[in-house]
Amino acid sequence: MAEQRARPLSPHLGIWRWGPGMTASIFHRISGGALTVAGLAVLTWWLMSLADGSDAYGDFSAIAGTWVGLVVLIGLTWAFFQHLLSGIRHLVTDAGENLELRGNKASAIATFVGALLLTAALWFYILGVAK
Amino acid sequence: MSLGDSSTELGKVRGLGSAREGGEHWIGERVSSIALLLLGVWLIASLLFLPALDHATVSEWLRTPLGAVPMALFVITSFYHGLDGLKVVVDDYVHEPGNNFALNTALLFLAVGGAAFALFALAKVALGGAA
Repeated sequence: MAEQRARPLSPHLGIWRWGPGMTASIFHRISGGALTVAGLAVLTWWLMSLADGSDAYGDFSAIAGTWVGLVVLIGLTWAFFQHLLSGIRHLVTDAGENLELRGNKASAIATFVGALLLTAALWFYILGVAK
Repeated sequence: MSLGDSSTELGKVRGLGSAREGGEHWIGERVSSIALLLLGVWLIASLLFLPALDHATVSEWLRTPLGAVPMALFVITSFYHGLDGLKVVVDDYVHEPGNNFALNTALLFLAVGGAAFALFALAKVALGGAA
């Protein structure tokens, strides 16, 4: 059998100029990972404390209301909206649409702007009502 | 094209995809993402419109069919989709077959276990009757 020659590799991460599409791609992964690990842990903890009774639920609420708790919840909200908008963008490209450079780049930027705006609007509302 | 037969027409003719399998996984990830688009927005909207987030109010909400059933679907679908996504990340970065198998198996156990705990807690709240 012929000796295996080194095959040409496609250029990898280091060679590309960083752009919105790449940023949206890696943030989709990071936000998805955060939602799965931290989000599902919080969801399960929340439901278990609810089932455990009002004392356990009170503990959960107290921790959720601390600065650290709020940072985690706001972070998860942002990850949710980022993953949601980026996911819709992926479904569109999966269908073979929006693959032209200009529109694709614009939609990548739109996921970041949209996620930040939705997160800010939601938490301004929540913290405003809670006051 | 159904969920159980997700090869493309060309893939069927050739009898393979690049990995010879995985069409179902790819489709399942996208179908569950559409479900989570609906269920995730439902969950955030529901929490937002509840008059309060104390133990009694949330428990009462999850004892109604329109609270408990979508929540159960959200738990199942989010663990399924989260596991699907982490599997893609593991398969991308962990190439050694033994490590890949070990990590994917550990994630499977964690996801099934987490979902079971979350569903048990939800069932206890939903079917427990007024406290």
